[in-house]
Amino acid sequence: MAIPEQAEVIKDSSMLLQKQMIAANYDELTNTAETGKKISSTFVPGNLNELVMCFDMLNNLPEINAINNGMRKKSGMMVMQAEKMGHSEDVCTYVKADIGSMSKGNIAPNGKPMPSPDLLLLSYTGCFTFMKWFELLRHEYGCETAMLHVPYEGDGIITQNMRDYVVKQIKEVIIPALERVSGVKFDIDRLRENLRNSAKAEDDFVWVLESAKNKPSPIDAYFGGVYYIGPIFTAFRGTDKAVDYYKLLRKEIEQRIVEGKGPITPEGDMKDERYRLVVEGPPNWTNFREFWKMFYEDGAVVVASTYTKVGGVYDLGFRHDPDNPIETLADYCLGCYTNRNLSQRVDMLEKYVNEYQADGLLINSIKSCNSFSAGQLLMMQEVEKRTGKPGAFIETDLVDPRYFSAANVKNRLESYFQMIEQRRQGARTAA
Amino acid sequence: MSTAEIIARCQALYDDLDFTSAREWKEADPKRKVIGYMPVYVPREIIHAAGMLPLGILGGGDQMEVIHGDAYYQSYICRIPRSTIELGLTKKLDFVDGMLFPSICDVIRNLSGMWQLMFPGVYVRYFDVPQNYNDSIGGEYYTEELRELKAGLEKLGGITITDEALRESTAVYNENRRLINAVYDFRAEQPSKAPSVEVYLLMRAGMVLPVEEHNQVLKDYLEAAAVEERPVRDNCRIVINGAFCEQPPLNLIRSIEMAGCYIVDDDYMLINRWLLEDVTLEGDPLKNLSDAFLHFSADSAAKYCDRAEDVGQYLLSTVKKTGAEGVIFTAPSFCDPALLERPMLQDRMDEHSVPHISFKYAENSGQMQPIREQAGTFADSIKLWS
Repeated sequence: MAIPEQAEVIKDSSMLLQKQMIAANYDELTNTAETGKKISSTFVPGNLNELVMCFDMLNNLPEINAINNGMRKKSGMMVMQAEKMGHSEDVCTYVKADIGSMSKGNIAPNGKPMPSPDLLLLSYTGCFTFMKWFELLRHEYGCETAMLHVPYEGDGIITQNMRDYVVKQIKEVIIPALERVSGVKFDIDRLRENLRNSAKAEDDFVWVLESAKNKPSPIDAYFGGVYYIGPIFTAFRGTDKAVDYYKLLRKEIEQRIVEGKGPITPEGDMKDERYRLVVEGPPNWTNFREFWKMFYEDGAVVVASTYTKVGGVYDLGFRHDPDNPIETLADYCLGCYTNRNLSQRVDMLEKYVNEYQADGLLINSIKSCNSFSAGQLLMMQEVEKRTGKPGAFIETDLVDPRYFSAANVKNRLESYFQMIEQRRQGARTAA
Repeated sequence: MSTAEIIARCQALYDDLDFTSAREWKEADPKRKVIGYMPVYVPREIIHAAGMLPLGILGGGDQMEVIHGDAYYQSYICRIPRSTIELGLTKKLDFVDGMLFPSICDVIRNLSGMWQLMFPGVYVRYFDVPQNYNDSIGGEYYTEELRELKAGLEKLGGITITDEALRESTAVYNENRRLINAVYDFRAEQPSKAPSVEVYLLMRAGMVLPVEEHNQVLKDYLEAAAVEERPVRDNCRIVINGAFCEQPPLNLIRSIEMAGCYIVDDDYMLINRWLLEDVTLEGDPLKNLSDAFLHFSADSAAKYCDRAEDVGQYLLSTVKKTGAEGVIFTAPSFCDPALLERPMLQDRMDEHSVPHISFKYAENSGQMQPIREQAGTFADSIKLWS
């Protein structure tokens, strides 16, 4: 059952803070006519925010805009508008939501029009669609585009050739483009300072993610995780604000652990942790709250997720390194989740199921996203084989509401939870 | 040999999902190895220089029932990975020692990872190509990638691939490309003498035959087709765009021509004509292949177009060069590269008043009537109003 619109949605202070931060970023983005600031658009995987900030530019992330439109129930119309304009029903709905939004004045969540970007920073990391998305935007905006090709880790390793290639592009293509567009000379010490802040925020962020190893877990690492990744994946990594945000978040979670609390949900703290799940794949945005409720109302908490690694993998040890500023940006891009090969992804999922004492793996397979989705059925089989824990598979979409069937999803989830319960009873009987 | 005899042989190779000719090639010498590759482009010269047979894997087509493969994919993913998995699981590729998965899209990219997990004894390489076309950036990266591929094949075969062998292989493939271009030029000039189904089967033969044999087949066909009398139809001339990975069924190609369109150019097997000029034989052969890719390779939706004004120009120049009167955008269902790029290409065609239509297919599409109707109406509209 969907949450009635009039019901008060419960949020922690950190959730309110990150909402304010993102709202403030939109205010800045829509105010450039007055401030004269320049805008760079880029992607969440491979987001070189620390570098962009060195040029006093604002960072715009079309994926985040599509997510916002999805959560505010506006994306469906935008997707259909793009399809009327000739974009295929088979392609990514983030792209179509973006193009559809442009055709309707590109209105930001604050009600003001988003200006055209001054630069499209095509960070081609972990997703083929990114390449064509920005070619399409270049086609519409007619603005400068800078390609950063981040090679895929086909063999599960970052070779020196890959790293050198990305470093060279950053030095010889990206930085000159940012200088040209912004009129600001690159200062490597500014980058180092930003990277220092990133590393601090990353330490606290990883602590928060790993807090889910507690029983009960004080966080939901998927739905709640969407709030926690907001600052670090967007326009704030590298800022003092992000450092402060993650300090605040960590304190909140520490307090939850002391009090033995479960995670916050829109309807208050989840009381009874019955199922611990690892989730692979992005969430659905158009029915986000409804989708979340299907979990917490049955006592299901997500203890680890791969979506919270899409903008950077920090819980395997990587930190932005101010002593090697350009190389660290390359390593960051190369290591983003969807730039890793299937074996690496399976290894991560196996690790999460074991280390977070999960009852199983749930895959939310997204129709729009071949980067995540192609191969997920094999991944599920592999993780089941390696961990002995059951997997479940549901299918939704990012921002096209036509692909979210609530009854279907709820039915599968309930069956899955029953299966977990039966296995437990079976194990108890056997013991 | 007559064209009928040549094409009959090509048809037999196309129909043979057991890849008998490639198996027999391998069995003739125990040291031989076969390296499979998927669309769009891999440098077959390096495989050839290793003494190995490059084997083009283009899915199972419409003659293959996919049972196991469907268990690995959701409904909204194209068919070529399913039928390729089916080929693997039904042991039709059990003689293949290595598989190359080029950077065409996320589905093929992830298929490389699936292959690593499902067939651990097989040499698997995700073959990345640069999207930066600067010699000192993308060029250096790509040359090193070619060295890594060469090293991988050397280790697989227990051999050393010499520069001399690479130059010889480059020369053979230069000839192959010249002959293929000769067939395409012949068809564009006299489409009634080179039906597209025949040209297609000739190209598919090149995916399984040793290149030297394919060169001979192409020469034989050109000689035979030039003298064969065939009826000339009042067809319009069109270019096919978007079918560079998952292949259409033969009946679809046949249907387009039956509906009143001569196909004067296509992008079915881009690897055949990917490099637009002869690769030089002087100097470092791997650097030469790298330079060729950076500076004179074809355009496709899988490649980044680094200048906005260049988007669609390759297609437009093909239309002009072949005297085409329109473009049919055909793409497999769910094909991200083709479907994402299509609106930009359509805009370019509109700017230059080139008529176009579009439709989707799957490699096992069976219902051709809608295709014939669409293509037929398109042909009529070109004849009446263009």
